[in-house]
Amino acid sequence: MPEFSPSEPLQTVGRSPLRKEGLAKVVGQAKYVDDLSLPGMWYGATVRSSVARGRIRSIEFGPDIPWHEFTIVTAADIPGENVIVHLAKDHPCLAATHVNHPDEPILLLAHPDRAILPAAVAAVRVQYEELPAVFTIDESEAPDAPAIWQDPAAPAKNTFKQYLMQCGDEASLDEIFASADFIVEGEYRTGAQEQLYIENNGIIAEFDREAGVKVQGAMQCPYYVVHALQLVFNLPAEKCRVIQTETGGAFGGKEDFPSVIASHAALLAMKAGRPVKICYDRAEDLAGTTKRHPSRSRHRTAVSRDGRLLGGTIEVALDGGAYLTLTSTVLSRATIHAPGPYHWPALRVVGKAMATNLPPHGAFRGFGAPQSIFGTERHMNKIARTIGLTPEELRRRNLLRVGDRTATGQLITDTVDMQQLLTRALQETNYHAKREEFARTNPGSTIKRGIGFATFFHGSGFTGSGERRLDSLVEIEITPEGQPCILVSSTEFGQGTNTILCQVAAEALQLPYAFVQIAQPDTARVPNSGPTVASRTAMIVGKLVERAAYSLRDTLLHSGLLPGDYTEQDFRTAALAYVAQHGPLKSSVRYQSPGDIFWDDQNYRGEAYPAYAWAVYVAEVAVDTTTYSATCTHFYALQEVGRVLHPVLAKGQIEGGVAQGIGYALYEKCVWQRGHMANNQMTNYIMPTSADLPPIEVAFEEVPSIHGPFGAKGIGELPMDGPAPAILNAIEEATGIECDEIPLLPEDLFARMAMPQENAR
Amino acid sequence: MSTITLTVNGEPHRLEVPPMKRLLDVLREDLQLTGTKEGCGEGECGSCSVLLNGDLVNSCLVPVLQTEGATITTIEGVADLAGPGERLHPIQQCFLEHGGAQCGICTPGMILATHHLLEKYPQPDLSQIQEGLAGNLCRCTGYTRIFAAVQAAARMEGSK
Repeated sequence: MPEFSPSEPLQTVGRSPLRKEGLAKVVGQAKYVDDLSLPGMWYGATVRSSVARGRIRSIEFGPDIPWHEFTIVTAADIPGENVIVHLAKDHPCLAATHVNHPDEPILLLAHPDRAILPAAVAAVRVQYEELPAVFTIDESEAPDAPAIWQDPAAPAKNTFKQYLMQCGDEASLDEIFASADFIVEGEYRTGAQEQLYIENNGIIAEFDREAGVKVQGAMQCPYYVVHALQLVFNLPAEKCRVIQTETGGAFGGKEDFPSVIASHAALLAMKAGRPVKICYDRAEDLAGTTKRHPSRSRHRTAVSRDGRLLGGTIEVALDGGAYLTLTSTVLSRATIHAPGPYHWPALRVVGKAMATNLPPHGAFRGFGAPQSIFGTERHMNKIARTIGLTPEELRRRNLLRVGDRTATGQLITDTVDMQQLLTRALQETNYHAKREEFARTNPGSTIKRGIGFATFFHGSGFTGSGERRLDSLVEIEITPEGQPCILVSSTEFGQGTNTILCQVAAEALQLPYAFVQIAQPDTARVPNSGPTVASRTAMIVGKLVERAAYSLRDTLLHSGLLPGDYTEQDFRTAALAYVAQHGPLKSSVRYQSPGDIFWDDQNYRGEAYPAYAWAVYVAEVAVDTTTYSATCTHFYALQEVGRVLHPVLAKGQIEGGVAQGIGYALYEKCVWQRGHMANNQMTNYIMPTSADLPPIEVAFEEVPSIHGPFGAKGIGELPMDGPAPAILNAIEEATGIECDEIPLLPEDLFARMAMPQENAR
Repeated sequence: MSTITLTVNGEPHRLEVPPMKRLLDVLREDLQLTGTKEGCGEGECGSCSVLLNGDLVNSCLVPVLQTEGATITTIEGVADLAGPGERLHPIQQCFLEHGGAQCGICTPGMILATHHLLEKYPQPDLSQIQEGLAGNLCRCTGYTRIFAAVQAAARMEGSK
């Protein structure tokens, strides 16, 4: 197989061709699920619980609604199992006897007139016998908490999952703490965050006794939906066809949830005997779908006088909501990222996920890492302050270097130099001069300015042995026009999947980018290349596309139909001749685990990820001590992400992630009232507008990685990790006040600044 | 039902519609112009932005009865604003080239807001762009690529 050599000039990779589906998007012709309509289609709606936890006593259908015109589905109509399967079977498709969170689906309605549905939903009256509920990590773990989630395999009451990750031995950790110069403790909290894709969740379903279920809509992972439908309908996979339509943003919010709405729409379609569309409005989407897991991190660290981390304990707790969904894998990533890019001689990390009576929390860009990195990067600043070092110096003395091992024992072989990244970032942001300037000017000003940073890494791809289990398959076929067409279930939802995979194939095939096509994901046509998550598309799926492209080219070269030096037209002629002689031409490749990757799922030891992206993010803030508002005034993001496949898309990914990170830190607060999101409107769940964001400067260092196509690593989640701690570190620089909880809204800052002086520096 | 006459993207229409039906729904359902998107239904996100007699409005907040006799431009009519039969308006071309569209769901509204902005300020500075687009939310881009697209479009228009 031809291998990529870094000296080879690249034709397509590293350039910025136009987004594959871009034209359709700028002229308004791209079809999202709510833009589609099928003949005879009805509309579906969901009746949801109004209590956090309880037994359903009765369901009554109120007067003044022509109920005979409706299709009504309850749990009793489910032909298979009443379950939405992700990692376990605890999550009902429709609540039958009990509800475990507010806004839990109980009953489904369909009607030809969309406008009549809200009144009908409101006319269904459900009576409950309410049961005691818990709403926070602290309440859930309290000794006298009601048992709200029980499973024989659960490690403790209300505990979905627990991980222990250790390096160095337990006894040595005790000795280290006993003899350390300093012991620094801290507690850090992060709130729930809404993905806030601008297109709400939506699905159109059809049902046919012979053909089975067919759904199309907004989603990240078509084969997850197939798997969910198989159980709900008790059908084989080939009778559960799933098609992704153009998807208006996802960020993890369309990873697990589409299995729910697809099952609901399909149940209505089965019973109504016609296509049914369910598209949530914003209020329902905000109240009823997943958010980022709230978290609490507790650090206790032994440090030497000269600023070396000697040992530590970190406890990361996540609020998983009422059902497991993807929580244990989110917890896994949170646990593995908790040590940060630092060398720990001895460390114990305990990760645990607690059940609460909130709607289940789910995937959101970063997937646990932003939570634990927030705690770690705030804690590093606390350690620095405690022992009298600058935040920079403390990090310089502890950053991982090539040849070091991470807390899972993974040897750092990437030729990354975090010291140099830090030097570059601080130079390019004029950090030292600004720090001095702000220290000089702040005392006389009501506007306090500060500059802070975070150093971090993010693992690309599924954790540990995850990619081996996914066993992804990628195909490239020759179309009737003689062009290569990539067949993957990896979806485009704005991040650039279509474009970068076509670039990779074009580069490997030595063909123009425009000549390479990619199919819309339809499980009747594309193989399972795994879910579109975990910063895995560029690196893992991209590598498979590269291999499939080489294999396709080799087939044509070996057939003698394609000359060694060929044009687009030669390729087309050869491909069509091959098809005429041998039948359809399709190259298939399956994931092969790199030989040097070993992972021990039980003890959390080994190569947690094939590769990491490394970053230093620097934030400047202005804190107005009259209004208590903190504003990020400049943001700088430097990262080493391997080869940048498409500079414009890559910068767009980083800028967009940083914007979400700024929102996470300063704007976006979910207000919970007994488990129900009370601010479930864009009017009062505030994300940054164009007027709220600072200039965002993006810089890359490119060290090609052997694991990705043409040296690429993952970048999608990385930019979510750094902004919140960098901003809060800058706020501490500006005000001398330690804020260890996000989101930090003006009212929160007011509460902190109005606290007694001993808490301030 | 009321009879409403209005012009959309240069075409006259006479519609029998409930008077309080949202302009957004009339465009999407009665005229099959699905390029105009709904993001929030309460005038916060700007995905449903259209030009109503040259003003930028959230079509989710406009009852159709208020559009009697009006001239409306949706994303499907933007290319024609550059000249009859044009495939793309310079704004669309610049959004495409500069990465101003990612998932694309806010793009139609963002392009109409940009058009409105450039009518008002043909060579806007960054703060005018930030202010002018502040009613249109984008969750993907962090707006930076959009600002670049708007600036490029202003340059393109200016050099005509």
